[in-house]
Amino acid sequence: MSNTIKKISIPIISVLLGVIVGTIIMFATGYNPGDAYTALWNGAFGEIYFTGEVVRQITPLILAGLAVAFAFRTGLFNIGVEGQLIVGWLAAVWVGIAFDLPKIIHLPLAVLAAAAAGALWAFVPGFLKARFRVHEVIVSIMMNYIALHVSNYLIRNVLTDKADRTETIPPSASLRSEFLASITDYSRLHWGILIAVGCAILMWVILEKTVKGYELKAVGFNQKASQYAGMNVNRNIILSMVISGAFAGLAGAMEGLGTFEYVSNKGGFTGVGFDGIAVALLGANGPLGIVLAACLFGFLKVGALNMPLEAGVPNEMVDIIIALIVFFVASSYMIRLFLDRLSKNKSKKGEK
Amino acid sequence: MGLMDVLLIVIPSSLLFAAPLIFTALGGNFSERAGVVNIGLEGLMVMGAFSSIVFNLTFADSLGAWTPWISLLVAMVVGAVFSILHAVASITFRADQTVSGVAINLLAAGLAMFLVKLIYDGKGQTGTIRYSFKKIDIPVLKDIPVIGDLFFSNTYWTSYLAIIVAIIAWYVMYKTPFGLRLRSVGEHPMAADTMGINVTKMRYIAVILSGAFGGIGGGVFAQSITNDFTHATISGQGFMALAALIFGKWNPLGAMGAAIFFGFAQSLSIVGSSLPFLENIPNVYLLIAPYVLTIIALTGFIGRADAPKASGVPYIKGSR
Repeated sequence: MSNTIKKISIPIISVLLGVIVGTIIMFATGYNPGDAYTALWNGAFGEIYFTGEVVRQITPLILAGLAVAFAFRTGLFNIGVEGQLIVGWLAAVWVGIAFDLPKIIHLPLAVLAAAAAGALWAFVPGFLKARFRVHEVIVSIMMNYIALHVSNYLIRNVLTDKADRTETIPPSASLRSEFLASITDYSRLHWGILIAVGCAILMWVILEKTVKGYELKAVGFNQKASQYAGMNVNRNIILSMVISGAFAGLAGAMEGLGTFEYVSNKGGFTGVGFDGIAVALLGANGPLGIVLAACLFGFLKVGALNMPLEAGVPNEMVDIIIALIVFFVASSYMIRLFLDRLSKNKSKKGEK
Repeated sequence: MGLMDVLLIVIPSSLLFAAPLIFTALGGNFSERAGVVNIGLEGLMVMGAFSSIVFNLTFADSLGAWTPWISLLVAMVVGAVFSILHAVASITFRADQTVSGVAINLLAAGLAMFLVKLIYDGKGQTGTIRYSFKKIDIPVLKDIPVIGDLFFSNTYWTSYLAIIVAIIAWYVMYKTPFGLRLRSVGEHPMAADTMGINVTKMRYIAVILSGAFGGIGGGVFAQSITNDFTHATISGQGFMALAALIFGKWNPLGAMGAAIFFGFAQSLSIVGSSLPFLENIPNVYLLIAPYVLTIIALTGFIGRADAPKASGVPYIKGSR
């Protein structure tokens, strides 16, 4: 079996295994899996409105997945996408309500502010990793909570007067579009999907077509060899985290400028950042794979909302399936072993 | 309000918030000392909180006042069983330990809410438990002047249990053959293997211990602080326990000290607005203090914290 086929078959087998175990859980708890999956499908594609919402959900998932994957390619685990997303969201809305500018300047400014805020938030773990060899996972987890509490504080005390959410951003900073809304029966679909797909292409260009991208990947493969070849490992580590954080910040801008058009006090995390880890893993850290994985998870997340209404199955079923998929992809060693044995048996039969 | 009154409020509530952090951090300590990173502590706490509340609600009538303690045992068992998933993925299947931990967190959050809705007919939260861990005055010790009032009255058994367990854990980890083996597996698994220690078995035991402790942590938190279970019951306590573990330099007593300090910060952020001197300080500083301090500790400004050498690396026999 060729390597490419193996690479593609691991995520597919993982998704199938996740769905199978999910189905078993539904049988065991007395729910009807058939009804559940029908409801899931109808909740995503039954009406054009739902489909608009699916695409809307895919948008931040793509960007969060790109953020996780970009750092991964340099050998870094950016578990802080969640926090970078929160500060990006805050920065985007802040620029949105603080300035009064024509749309051509205002919208790009708000989007860039989000990217800059995310990049800054990711700079901290990147810098500490490069300078003090501190593990980026721990620092980014801590940065997540700092982001959550600081953004809540700023919303309550600086952006508003003790209110739980800011005012809605003016149309000049909004990604919403009358056109996209009208063709999807007034869903919250917005132009952000173009930014997300653009970023996926951008990531491909950076990693595959530029010298810098080659360096970043080299550092991910082998830090010592890269150093020996004359690359500045520390600078590449920081750069990788900063770009990753910028993607994460943009994911926040999608929520702040597109989906919600405001930022509110959060009791906990949005979860998008952690879903980004699942997206990146399932997409094998490549731009195309990430877009496809984000489509799958966007479909699952939005479709799930229909499951309690139509089939009486709690929508958390889908979270369980997503977690199982992550498990199976992470444990791909087993799947690979199984595939190897399969292909060996086949070749033996061929010899006879 | 004098200093004494302030301390009378702050100390018991610090210990209250510290107890679940101590238990969970000890769990993380066993796992990480054996070389398995456990980001899944949060998820293990979720399972502990969920199972203890459900058991408590279901059996409160027949078990009476003992309910919270037996529920705590149930939480321990559920946490231990749940952590086997992490063990299998990260030890046998050689999964990336951080990813597997993330999966544990996602799965626990989804599964617990799914089961709550299944058990309570679609409702997103449980009822409030009748028998929770109650405030107590510890006999004899409470009569000591000053200290008795500050530390031994109006407090919770669980806080003292946590401190005692931390001391036992320290003894086990540093003074017994089992502890030596556990630590050697996390520092240099190949050397341990050549000395005849079963690396896989040690790591399995360590991860399951972390699950048991994480479950207890969740059970203590739910039964003494929130008294019910919703999707927001455990929101970051597992990660704060992880922070305490690192701030305490992967040492049970250090982790306990850090957990008490973080409990202090948490309780100040809640009761701080009613105290003099603190009412003008925005509580955001207290909320982020544990996390900022952990980052500072890691960078080495407060004595460098070094992780066990082999943590995060799957052990593959025969590879160098």
